[in-house]
Amino acid sequence: MTKEQRLIKRHRAEKRFKFYGLFSIFLALLFVLILVNNIFSKGSSAFMKTVIKTEIFYDQELMEVENGASREDILDADFFDVTIESLLKVYPTNGLEEEKQLINLFSTDAEIEIKLNFLENNNIAGQKIILEITASDDIDQLHKGNYPRDLPEERRRISDFQLKIFDKLVDEGKIEKNFNNYYFNKGDSRDPELAGIGGALIGSFYSILICLLLSFPIAVLASIYLEEFAPKNKITDFIEININNLAAVPSIVYGLLALQILLSTLHMPRSTPLVAGITLALMTLPRIIIPCRASLKAVPPSIREGALAVGASKFQSVFHHVVPLALPGTLSGTIIGLAQALGETAPLILIGMVAFVVDIPTSPVDPSASLPVQVYLWSESAERGFVEKTSATIMILLSFLIVMNFLAVYLRQKFEKRWN
Amino acid sequence: MNLALIFLITIFSFSLFFYGRSKSKSLSIENNYKLKALPKFYGYYLVLWCSLPSLVFLLVWTLFEPTIIKSIILKIAADQGAIMQDQNAANLIYEKIKAVYLGTYFGDIDSLLKESALSYAKFKNIFTNSKIVLIFLIVISSIIYALKKIKSNNKARDDVEIILKGLLFVSSLIAILTTLGIIFSLLFESIKFFSVINIFDYLFGTNWSPQRAFVRDASSITAAEYEDLKDAFGFVPLIAGTAFIALIAMLVAVPVGLFSGIYMAEYATKKIRRVSKPIIEILAGIPTVVYGFFAALTVGPFFRELGENFGLTVSSESALAAGLIMGIMIIPYISSLSDDVINSVPQSLRDGSYAIGATKSETIKKVVIPAALPGIIGSVLLAVSRAIGETMIVVMAAGLAANLTINPLDSTTTITTQIVMILIGDQEFDSPKTQSAFALGLTLFIATLILNYIALRVVKKYREKYD
Repeated sequence: MTKEQRLIKRHRAEKRFKFYGLFSIFLALLFVLILVNNIFSKGSSAFMKTVIKTEIFYDQELMEVENGASREDILDADFFDVTIESLLKVYPTNGLEEEKQLINLFSTDAEIEIKLNFLENNNIAGQKIILEITASDDIDQLHKGNYPRDLPEERRRISDFQLKIFDKLVDEGKIEKNFNNYYFNKGDSRDPELAGIGGALIGSFYSILICLLLSFPIAVLASIYLEEFAPKNKITDFIEININNLAAVPSIVYGLLALQILLSTLHMPRSTPLVAGITLALMTLPRIIIPCRASLKAVPPSIREGALAVGASKFQSVFHHVVPLALPGTLSGTIIGLAQALGETAPLILIGMVAFVVDIPTSPVDPSASLPVQVYLWSESAERGFVEKTSATIMILLSFLIVMNFLAVYLRQKFEKRWN
Repeated sequence: MNLALIFLITIFSFSLFFYGRSKSKSLSIENNYKLKALPKFYGYYLVLWCSLPSLVFLLVWTLFEPTIIKSIILKIAADQGAIMQDQNAANLIYEKIKAVYLGTYFGDIDSLLKESALSYAKFKNIFTNSKIVLIFLIVISSIIYALKKIKSNNKARDDVEIILKGLLFVSSLIAILTTLGIIFSLLFESIKFFSVINIFDYLFGTNWSPQRAFVRDASSITAAEYEDLKDAFGFVPLIAGTAFIALIAMLVAVPVGLFSGIYMAEYATKKIRRVSKPIIEILAGIPTVVYGFFAALTVGPFFRELGENFGLTVSSESALAAGLIMGIMIIPYISSLSDDVINSVPQSLRDGSYAIGATKSETIKKVVIPAALPGIIGSVLLAVSRAIGETMIVVMAAGLAANLTINPLDSTTTITTQIVMILIGDQEFDSPKTQSAFALGLTLFIATLILNYIALRVVKKYREKYD
């Protein structure tokens, strides 16, 4: 092999090597793209829901509600007959089986929707009103095009008869897509069309709030101690080793800790944001301490010495000068730690946040779900409607995380001083 | 109750701040001396003395009150003839008494329950009242002490700083407490578990089927029953499955992560670096439940269909899908750590290599990588520890049955999956099944601890060499 040939070969190897690197980065970026695209294409339709415009006849004989009935009376009243009678008028049916299929086009909450509308407009007794009734999950998915029509009937959840009604309703323009308010203001449900993330949002909010209130002050105080005051001795070394190890302990171990200590020993209420917040705080603490210490360390010693030189005590130099300068870094480290805590699932499963909770929590000691746990729960459900709900929840979760991370970067870039 | 007390103490001590500040000022004027600290420090001094002792007392009291009341009430109930064979029966009776007291008990209330509930109410009352009185006394006495100190013109700033320094120290101790909490909570249940199941049967058993120990009380397992349980808790298939999935993950993450790290550190222009580095790090910020969802719903079925086309039977919960997605999750850990390590290799090494005519890739392969190797190994070890501790991806995408297999298309289970599966929903305590989850947790904790320790040592040792 001549010198020139060898050189060509070496240069080819060089190009190949460079290509491997570029290709690896491309692969990683490609995956981010695939993942985001997959989630968004599945999830974006969950923000709309299918409604069927239906004429409801508030027949006074069927309603059993007298004129001028109180709110409580109306809430207690049985609107079942009104609902059934009105829904059956949508399409001519023949026999009980067809009636059942017709009713199944509508959400199981149709009666409640009809009742609530009556509550809002108290003077419509005896009138015929056109309402937009939420469709059942099957119709919702069919209308959004997520459900294959061309399967043979016995493998479809929607019968031919139902398809016929659906097509007629579409032709008449009676089927519409509306903003899915249920998705945001309802709790969990077994029916996909009625399931919402309201409970999970509040649960996550409380958990993260408690996590913040516990972990931020303790982490800042601990890192101030370790960085500014701690003498170099065995105890300090031991604390440092502990913090570094804790930051790398798998999150599920914190779940076991919470199960044993918070639930079994201290008898705190299961499935609550309170326990979740404490667990997440323990987990986040070392992850916040590490960036906090780094940002304290980045403040040059001249600042401290200047303060000490004009007669400040060690405490005053730290709290009046070093801490304010380190604050941007501290805050951005905290936000990133909280973002991780927001997405954490495994320890929350162990403390029972997987319980099926329909009610929206009103306090941190009510049982509730949280966003990532809701993702896990819905992903285990078989109904097609939950796939889009899960993806949409992931979209919400990811957008929170993106906002938090941007905030962290912004804080650091805008307010952090560079010393050199 | 407690919240009201805390609120009162806080309000009271904050108002004391102003009192302390003006008091010290007026004292110095009256008695004509110079204060040894700024007036506000006398204020802080009062605040700390008023709030800290009483709050600490309140905390300790709240922690121990339920246990003490419980033992008193159970003793009274036992004196009145309640039959309590063991701890569970005692707990049940206590819960009943509490339910009667709260008015949420719907069964028949016999005289025993009624009497006990009455004494429960009595003691609860006594304890609450004495708590309030004691807190009041503590607040008063500590304020008197602090005021006396202020009158003698103490060095308030130094005193305040000593107390605050103590507070800082206590906050940093939380890390040690957490570690202790983890170790104790894992050990406590694990010891119970290993007192039933022989540790060697656990470590070397090749069959994992904990559901066989479903509702068995750990304390009353006979020898014959043990023969049956002996091979229900074999750890080998779990560690094999965990290691297998971690291996697949590493086969994805190490080449991709390492090459992107090298490219970022050595080739990338500033512009490419500025764009691609944060995007790759997005991968580390995505919650693992999202990866799990993606693996279970998209990648798993995709592989199954792909396999069908080639005539292969691929489980929809294949180790391949879980491992691949886990590998993608780990890419940024390896790429950013190795990027850092490669960046910290001194430029002089590269310059020397270029000077004798090596191309860039030759320099990287023969000079930079060997110099950075310890750091890279450290980052890979950290990534392995993350892979074996990762939970949600495997819970959602890997299987539940403990198969001992090396076929990546088959389903396997992992340590973390089993912990979740055992502890999800309601657990019966004192069953070896529940306890086994803690034994698994302990094993996982020790394994990750060792990996992290080695990794940090390797990285640290290497850093010292060039700094």
